[in-house]
Amino acid sequence: MVTKDPRVSIPDDWFRKKGEDRKQAEAVVRPSLSYWKDAWRRLRKNKLAMGGLVFLVILTLLAIFGPVFSPYEVTATDLRNQNMAPSAAHWFGTDEMGRDVFTRTWYGARISLFVGVMAALIDFFIGIIYGGVSGYKGGRTDSIMMRIIEILYGLPHLLVVILLMVVMGPSLTTIIVALTITGWVGMARIVRGQVLQIKNFEFVTASKSFGARTPRIIRKNLLPNTMGPIIVQMTLTVPSAIFAEAFLSFLGLGIQAPYASWGVMANDALPVILSGDWWRLFFPAFFISITMFAFNVLGDGMQDALDPKLRG
Amino acid sequence: MPLYILKRFIMMIITVLIIATLTFVLMRAIPGSPFDEERTSNPTIQANLEKFYKLDQPMPIQYLNYLKSIVTFDYGPSIKKPNESVNTLLARGFPISFELGMATIIVAVISGIILGTFAALRHNGIIDYMAMTFAVVGISIPNFVLATLLIQQVAVNWHLLPPATWSSPKHMILPVIALATGPTAIIARLTRASMLEVLTQDYIKMARAKGLSPFRIVARHALRNALMPVVTIMGTMLAGILTGTFVIEKIFAIPGMGKYFVESINNRDYPVIMGSTVFYSAFLVFMLFLVDIVYGFLDPRIKLHKKEGEV
Repeated sequence: MVTKDPRVSIPDDWFRKKGEDRKQAEAVVRPSLSYWKDAWRRLRKNKLAMGGLVFLVILTLLAIFGPVFSPYEVTATDLRNQNMAPSAAHWFGTDEMGRDVFTRTWYGARISLFVGVMAALIDFFIGIIYGGVSGYKGGRTDSIMMRIIEILYGLPHLLVVILLMVVMGPSLTTIIVALTITGWVGMARIVRGQVLQIKNFEFVTASKSFGARTPRIIRKNLLPNTMGPIIVQMTLTVPSAIFAEAFLSFLGLGIQAPYASWGVMANDALPVILSGDWWRLFFPAFFISITMFAFNVLGDGMQDALDPKLRG
Repeated sequence: MPLYILKRFIMMIITVLIIATLTFVLMRAIPGSPFDEERTSNPTIQANLEKFYKLDQPMPIQYLNYLKSIVTFDYGPSIKKPNESVNTLLARGFPISFELGMATIIVAVISGIILGTFAALRHNGIIDYMAMTFAVVGISIPNFVLATLLIQQVAVNWHLLPPATWSSPKHMILPVIALATGPTAIIARLTRASMLEVLTQDYIKMARAKGLSPFRIVARHALRNALMPVVTIMGTMLAGILTGTFVIEKIFAIPGMGKYFVESINNRDYPVIMGSTVFYSAFLVFMLFLVDIVYGFLDPRIKLHKKEGEV
C-alpha cells in the first residue's frame, strides 16, 4: 500500500515498468521470408537466369502481339516477292512463296511455346498423380508402379514419338499427345522420390495425429514441399519439348504447311541456304536456340534458387 | 551379381517385347491397307499382294509371325521397294549409322571430360566460364541447326570440308561435330559438377598431402569417381545420338539407316518402319543393359541387388 505524501510530488514519468523492453526480444526483426520469397530473392540475383526470364516474357508478348505489327497474313503468299532479303517492307525477309518471315516467326513462337508449355503441364499432372500415389502408398503398389516406369524409361522416346506421329497423322494435338505419352515418366520419378522422402517427416506425422485424411496430407503437406524440384523439371521439360517439335517438323512430321513452326521454317530453308538466302534459316534457328537457351538458364537458376541447401 | 544381371536381362526382354507389340498394334491401327495408294483395281492382285505380305491371315497369327520374324532377325520385304528386304536395308545402312554414332560418342566423351575437368580445376576462372558458356550454348542449339550452319560456313563459304556424303574421313568431320556438340556440352557440365564435388573430399586432400602430382591426383583418384554420373547418362545419351543421326544423315545426305528410316516414314513403308524401330529399340535397350552392368562393376558402393523400395 502506497501512501501519497502531498509534500513530495513525483511525476509519473519518473517510473519505468521493468522488463518492458524484453518483450521485444522474441520478435522477428527482419521480415520473414517464405520459401518462395526467398527463392525469388535468390533468383533475382542470378543475372543470366533473369535475362532468360525477361527474354521469355518478351517472346511471349511478341508471340501474342507480334503479328499485329505486321501487315501480312501468316499464310499469305506473294509470288512477286519470293526469297526477298530483309528490308523495310519485310523485316525478316520472305520465303520461297513470298510469305513474310517476320510474321511467320511469331506464329512459330506461338506453336513452340504452346507445345512446350502444354507438354510440361500435362507431364506435371500425370507425373504428380502417378508419382504421388506411388510414393505415398509405398510397398507393393510402389514396386509394381516403379517396374512399369522402369520399362517405360527404357523405351527410346523419340522413336516412339515418331511412330505415334506416323500413326496419328501430323498435327499439333498429336505432337503434344505423343510427347506427353513418353514424357511424364521423368516427372513421375521425381515426384515419387520427393514424396518418399517427405512423407516420413515429423510434420506429416503430426498432421496425421491431428486426424488429417490422405487427400489433405497430399494437398497440404506433401505437394507444397515437393514443388521446388517439380518446377525445375517443368522448366527443363519446355525446351526439350520445343526441341522435339522442331525435330519432328524438321523430319516432316510436325505442323503442316502452310502453317509455320520454327522447325518447319528451318526445314523449308534447307534447300535455299546454299544459294545464300541466310535469313530463311537464321531467324527460326536463332529463335529456337535462344528460346532453348533462355529456358535452360532459367531452369538452372531456379534449380539453385529453389534448393533449400543453398539458402543463404 | 549374376542374379542382378539376370533380372536386368529379363527386364530388357520385356521392354523389347513391349516395343514390338506397341509397334505392331500401332501399325495395324492405321486405317486402310498399305496398298491403297497403289490403286490396285484388280482384286486378285490385291489378294495376292496381301498374301505375299501375309496380311490375309488372322491377327493373332500375324502377331506370332511378327514376333518370330523379330527373333529370327527377318523383317520381310519392303513394301515400296519390293526387290529389297528390310534386312538388306539394315545391313547397308546400319554400319554407316553405327560408325557415325560411335565416332560421335568417342568425340563427345573425350572432349566433354577434358572440358569439364579443366573447368572444375580452374573453378570460376576464365577457362571455367568459357567451358560453361560453351556448354549452355551447345545444349541450346539443335543439332540440325548446327549442321546447316556448318555446311553453309565451313563447306560452302570457306570450302574447307566437303558438305555432304560419307566417303572419306574428311567427310566425317562436319556431321560428327554437328552431332557431338550437344552430348559434349552435357558431359562437360556433368563432369564439372561431380568433379567439383569430388575435389573437396578428404581422400583428395590425403592424396595431396602424400605429395602426389596434381595430374596424378586428377587422373588416378578424382576422375574415376567423378565419371560415375557420366556413365549413368550414357544410355539416354546414346538414344539421343541415335535419333540425332536421323536428321544429320538427312542433312548431309549420308546413306545410313536414318535416311532409310526417314524415307520409310515419308513413304509410309510399314515393314521398314516396323523393322527399323524394333531393331533400333532392341539395340538401344541392349546398350542400356550394358551401361547398367558396367555401372555395377565400376561403383563398388552400389548394391547390385537392391532392397524393396529403393531406387
